[in-house]
Amino acid sequence: MNFFDQTAHELLALLKEGKTTSEAIASSFMTRAKVVNAKTNAFIRLPEAAPDSCGVIPLPIGIKDNICIKNALTTCGSRILVGFRPPYDAGVVEKVKDSGGIVLGGLNMDEFAFGSSTETSAYGPVRNPWDQAHVPGGSSGGSAASVAAGQVVWALGSDTGGSVRQPASFCGVVGLKPTYGRVSRYGLVAFGSSLDQIGPLTKDVTDCAMLLNIIAGFDRRDSTSVDRPVPDYTKALVRDVKSLRIGVPREYFIEGIQPAVLKAVRDAIDVLKNAGAVVKEISLPHTQYAVAVYYIVATAEASSNLARFDGVQYGLRVLPDKARKTALVDMYETTRQKGFGDEAKRRIMLGTYVLSSGYYDAYYLRAQKVRTLIKQDFEKAFAQCDAIVCPTSPTTAFRIGEKIADPLAMYLSDIFTIPANLAGIPAVSLPCGFDAQKLPIGLQIMTKAFDEETLLRVAFSYEQATPWHLERAKL
Amino acid sequence: MEFETVIGLEVHLQLNTQTKIFCGCRNAFGNEPNTNVCPVCLGLPGSLPVLNRQVLLNGIKAGLALNCEINTFVKFDRKNYYYPDLPKGYQISQYDFPIAKKGFLTVVSDGKEKRIGITRAHLEEDAGKLIHDDSLNASLVDYNRTGTPLIEIVSEPDMRSAQDAYDYLTALKLTLQYLDVSDCDMEKGSLRCDANVSIRPKGETKLGTKTELKNLNSFKAVKSAIEYEVERQQRIVLSGGKIVQETLLWDENKGVTITMRSKEEAHDYRYFPEPDLVPFTLTPAEIDAVRQELPELPYVKQKRLQAEYGLNEYDSFVLINDRAMADFFEACTKLYPEFKKICNWITGPVMKETNERKMALAELHLSPEKMVALIRSVEDGTISNLVGKDVLTAVIDTGKDVASVIREKGLAQISDDSALEKIIEEVLKENPQVIDQIKAGKGSATGFLVGQAMKKMQGKANPKKLNDLIQRRLQNA
Repeated sequence: MNFFDQTAHELLALLKEGKTTSEAIASSFMTRAKVVNAKTNAFIRLPEAAPDSCGVIPLPIGIKDNICIKNALTTCGSRILVGFRPPYDAGVVEKVKDSGGIVLGGLNMDEFAFGSSTETSAYGPVRNPWDQAHVPGGSSGGSAASVAAGQVVWALGSDTGGSVRQPASFCGVVGLKPTYGRVSRYGLVAFGSSLDQIGPLTKDVTDCAMLLNIIAGFDRRDSTSVDRPVPDYTKALVRDVKSLRIGVPREYFIEGIQPAVLKAVRDAIDVLKNAGAVVKEISLPHTQYAVAVYYIVATAEASSNLARFDGVQYGLRVLPDKARKTALVDMYETTRQKGFGDEAKRRIMLGTYVLSSGYYDAYYLRAQKVRTLIKQDFEKAFAQCDAIVCPTSPTTAFRIGEKIADPLAMYLSDIFTIPANLAGIPAVSLPCGFDAQKLPIGLQIMTKAFDEETLLRVAFSYEQATPWHLERAKL
Repeated sequence: MEFETVIGLEVHLQLNTQTKIFCGCRNAFGNEPNTNVCPVCLGLPGSLPVLNRQVLLNGIKAGLALNCEINTFVKFDRKNYYYPDLPKGYQISQYDFPIAKKGFLTVVSDGKEKRIGITRAHLEEDAGKLIHDDSLNASLVDYNRTGTPLIEIVSEPDMRSAQDAYDYLTALKLTLQYLDVSDCDMEKGSLRCDANVSIRPKGETKLGTKTELKNLNSFKAVKSAIEYEVERQQRIVLSGGKIVQETLLWDENKGVTITMRSKEEAHDYRYFPEPDLVPFTLTPAEIDAVRQELPELPYVKQKRLQAEYGLNEYDSFVLINDRAMADFFEACTKLYPEFKKICNWITGPVMKETNERKMALAELHLSPEKMVALIRSVEDGTISNLVGKDVLTAVIDTGKDVASVIREKGLAQISDDSALEKIIEEVLKENPQVIDQIKAGKGSATGFLVGQAMKKMQGKANPKKLNDLIQRRLQNA
């Protein structure tokens, strides 16, 4: 078996047995990353040389290009950050480096994480390793595709409305969004500050627990990170769901879901039932408002978060093509006009609008109230069940270009992943089958806040009972 | 038509905490540009703010001193606007939950007490500084000031004259200096003030259209600008015109206000809750702990100095104007219960020393013990009042104690009769015509003889003794 097909825990076992070296593994992944990047475009920039490592887990890890790595280019998939090199490491990058990880930055993404297909990147779309005519999902499309294609052992992405889980689903890998506050956001270029979380993308659930162990924990530089002990998540990897109560929300099984997805998820629920779980139907009555609430809250925060890209201090600066003396406002306008893509502009305008005087109450304030209702839906649900199971996305990976001209259709791709961000709860997507075209299908599991252990236990139990996680994309 | 002026002030004060409001950078003035900066105050992508607890405590302190209610729900908001000195494109401020609200400040003006209402006081971060360099044909940004903690104190429209505004600012500055939360130095920009000014016919209760005055760089500028603006508004109304709501800049050199922006051009700041800072609730115990730390406030201190030491309005005012002086006064009274004499020495020679040296009292290293030793030396006749002032200067210059200075410089008064009599004989010999005048009944001429004798003794003669001896000598003549 090739290194690039193996999981982190398998590679660590080889290292432990002395069958290989971390240098050999790193160099093998570097070669693989180069060879297949022409097909995936998962890396915006190919890593030049792997840094040495002497840590406990000396494996190559891919980093989404919106997570700061000291002195490395960080583009967020946008032209506006051209040439920007942060003078500091993100909290998660520090932790990864401390564990010995070989940090490979530059994973492609939708511009500023605005998108569900990685087509809005200024550096070209990422292609799905299972079928290069299809999208890898987004916005962490580069992270998911690089793991599925074996360009990295595992990767970090960011998830604001499903940006780790939906691409994990589309690329047949495991993607986890931790509880809001479980992982430091320090050094993650903000999109929707009250929604963003960094999460692992891995080949299986065991790797997922291992990578979560590395990145989880309080960071005093992030006031929204929570100071509570981090359990050893690999201890939760127990194949046992006996008498665990699994909730199936009726609002997540709606018309318009691709039949193959529906069948795979139903089958997955049966697997859990057969393993002894108690399956019951539950209701999350405000689900239908989630997408609307999300596109108000997330864009409002984004419009403010992206104001700093103004051509003054770093990144792109474009002066208008005029002979006369340039006014300050002209520099702002031209820089932002040339620097941002269409989707970024659309979201900045949306967010600016919903915060404007006279509209604030009708949009932003009302959205926050509905957000509270959605949060309460989950609180009530978790009084009746230990985990919620549903599809990650209504469809498998769509074709490149299929939805790019129809933002609303694109936004609905995240209809099942958005609620977990609004509620701040953890959620994971893991492979649960393939459609007729051999495109992966994702199963989503959600638990209450800070109960990543139950989340991983259910995921592990399902994974161990099924063969999906053993499949690899052929490139 | 008679008009009434209505003024409200918005005062920004930089808080003198060790570090900035949302990061660990040094909060200092006057360093090399862009040296007190980090990813957080530079607003670099991915950086996040963390609230400096001391800023919060200082805000509570100021609120309590201004008799405000403290909002126990601590929340920050983003105020969105573009300017090159604002690296994030928004300022972190407090919008609907200011740290303090609904208070007042007692101001004494013309001997009359007046309460000026405080609408609110909120915490926020300062912006950087633009430096326009013509030689480069460019503007430069210094981010050292970015993230300096500010408290903005908004008054009610309770002031009725430019003098009222001046007195309010003076009282506010003094109060915050007592709290030691701000340097309140307008020259260094640690105190900045905008004024909202309107006029209305006397007797009218509705507020007139206001204008906002900016670029007021001194208390004097505040006064002059308001005086100018009131006159301008009156001229407009009297000539049948209407006041336009706008923001005006004070031009100090020309002594006029000029339009900066109209109401239509006003910003929509799109305030919304800062998602990077989690709101939290203060406990009553936390607020009480700050209350315990409040010092005696200037106005209360003034009343007490009057009651306890019998000082008059003016002397007590001069003392409390500098907390260090008032404290020094009280320390001296503990050692020597001659209150008025101590007060005179402090408000006179001591303040002359601080003013001339442009130094704070603490920098003079003058202990209450030395001060009292000096006053005692004058009182017991060891030195004259005049020499006492020189001794004070020497004590400050050398740091030596009073007795050594007097001894080393030979400044002690000569009370020895024989030495004095010798000099008196000389003086009488040299001034026979004066003796004739005295004999003719002009008693005041004695003073001239005393002066002459004092001159010969280089001021070291005990003046009382000298006077007595001359009187006696003349009677015997």
